[in-house]
Amino acid sequence: MGAPVHGLATRGKESITKVSANPKRHGRHLFSNKLFKFYFLFSILALCFVLGLVILFIGKTAMLLFGHLSPADFFFSFNWTPEEDSFGAAAFIVNTLSLTALTLLIAVPISVGMAVLCAEIAPKWMKTFIRPVLDLLVGIPSIVYGYIGLTVLLPFLRRVSGESLGDGLLAAALVLALMVLPTICRISDDAIVSVPRKYRDAAYALGSTRLQVIMRVILPAASRGIISAVILGMTRAVGETMAVVMVIGNTPQLAKTLFTPASVLTSNIVMQISNVEFDSTWNYALHMMAFLLLVISFVLILIIRVLGRKRRDAA
Amino acid sequence: MNGFASTKHTARAQRNNKIATIGFYTLGALVMLLIFWLLFTILSKGLPALRPDFLIKQPEEIDAGGGIGPVLFNSFYILFISLFISVPIGLGAGIYMAEYAPDNKFTGALRICVESLSSVPSIVFGMLGLAIFAEYFDVGLTILGGGVSLALLNLPMLARVTEEAVRAVPGEIREAGYALGMTKSHVIRTVVLPVAMSAIVTGICLVAGRAFGESAVIILTAGLSTSGEMWDFNLFSPGETLAVHLWYVQSEAIVEDARQIADKSAAVLVFVVLFINFVFRFPLWLGNRRK
Repeated sequence: MGAPVHGLATRGKESITKVSANPKRHGRHLFSNKLFKFYFLFSILALCFVLGLVILFIGKTAMLLFGHLSPADFFFSFNWTPEEDSFGAAAFIVNTLSLTALTLLIAVPISVGMAVLCAEIAPKWMKTFIRPVLDLLVGIPSIVYGYIGLTVLLPFLRRVSGESLGDGLLAAALVLALMVLPTICRISDDAIVSVPRKYRDAAYALGSTRLQVIMRVILPAASRGIISAVILGMTRAVGETMAVVMVIGNTPQLAKTLFTPASVLTSNIVMQISNVEFDSTWNYALHMMAFLLLVISFVLILIIRVLGRKRRDAA
Repeated sequence: MNGFASTKHTARAQRNNKIATIGFYTLGALVMLLIFWLLFTILSKGLPALRPDFLIKQPEEIDAGGGIGPVLFNSFYILFISLFISVPIGLGAGIYMAEYAPDNKFTGALRICVESLSSVPSIVFGMLGLAIFAEYFDVGLTILGGGVSLALLNLPMLARVTEEAVRAVPGEIREAGYALGMTKSHVIRTVVLPVAMSAIVTGICLVAGRAFGESAVIILTAGLSTSGEMWDFNLFSPGETLAVHLWYVQSEAIVEDARQIADKSAAVLVFVVLFINFVFRFPLWLGNRRK
């Protein structure tokens, strides 16, 4: 090995290329190297192109709405009767927000509790059991969640509450809570595990019990990661369609109680878009609602990024 | 008490600690029970009544006893099309982000793109597919439209799992390759990818499972009907999938055994998703254990 390597090193860069036993083959390697690099770059640019396509197609159609309707009529009116040309989406927007809030209210304590159990308390064999089982939840299709909600949860709610239908925010929030649980749990779990060991050791050395360490040291230290997890759960809850559409009742009105049949942005889109003419104010209004969903998701992703950057700076 | 004097305060802290520990374990047990109960409910309602001919028979509009043959076929067909399109691009994008992307503003922008795309709700991809295929190209609701729209939905997730898998490959292995005079792409193809392959396959299985059960995209792009033939490979026929069929049966169908069909379809859906997740990962898992 010694002599040729030494020779190469002294002869400099130009001759290295000539050293190759078969210059043709060497050239082919360099060419394929370039080709692959371009292919990988092309792939990532294709992803960006798709994002552009989404924004362009949805946004372009959505903006046509304001040629027919003033933004105030769309955003602040609660009256959605497309047959009479009233396209007020305020009820859907408020319902989406309250559904998301209710979902998180149910899901966050449970998922963070599970994450603490997984990361801090459970022995190792239990962790290797709990984590894959939670992953099973991710695999179940959303339409099946909706179907179980419809056939099992709704009759149960009817019996418990005495309501005649049971459709509404509560049913949708319970189904969604189960769906976002693994997302929030997994990422909070990672955040808690990545809290440095010395924090725990210091707290235990001061005589803290495990509960005190968890509540006063670990959760505050992992809080940014947990908030990111919650926001990621939010994006899932906001965008979920089929599970919600089966249990929420699909009535375009404001959900004043937990059992009012209502409708959110996603469920209203999927129920109506197949039946409308492409060049109609109705269709433009539905696209505007989709565009709103896009904007909400992008804002949430942006918040996660800012949180992530702060966490890195703090570390 | 480790030699410290026990005061009222520490005694209370100890008690709270014990109660909390019991509370956490109870929570864990309840959630686990809920998950197993859920899976049991789905599978036990449908699987016992499942006969093989249900899987291959035509769906019925009026009479009882219809099957799910064409919709099950369409599910796999659309899944295959979507993976055929999205896997090469998704892998390429993930490899670029892990191996090539320099640490600069351009890469930051690319990363924002990928994250934004992965946060786009599936219904929006459905509307995009509807706008492109039904309006722009005017071909109506087709298998091709469903497959392509589903591929777009898969892309960001594939890119992410690939990037994570490739990043997890230790640097020394690459350096060993470079030391032998290999080009970068050669190292990636023959050294990095084989090492990362098990994680990538796991990721692809997760994506495939999700795509198999996806319904919001398919409803808008492939429609609520089939061509009525069993082995219809025509890309331009309407392509109702199993997940969409479940929706159709429970919301619009008028057959008397709609409930049983829905139960069985849900069980088949969940079974196939679990199957995809386990069977493809099982050999890899065995291989890892032997090491």
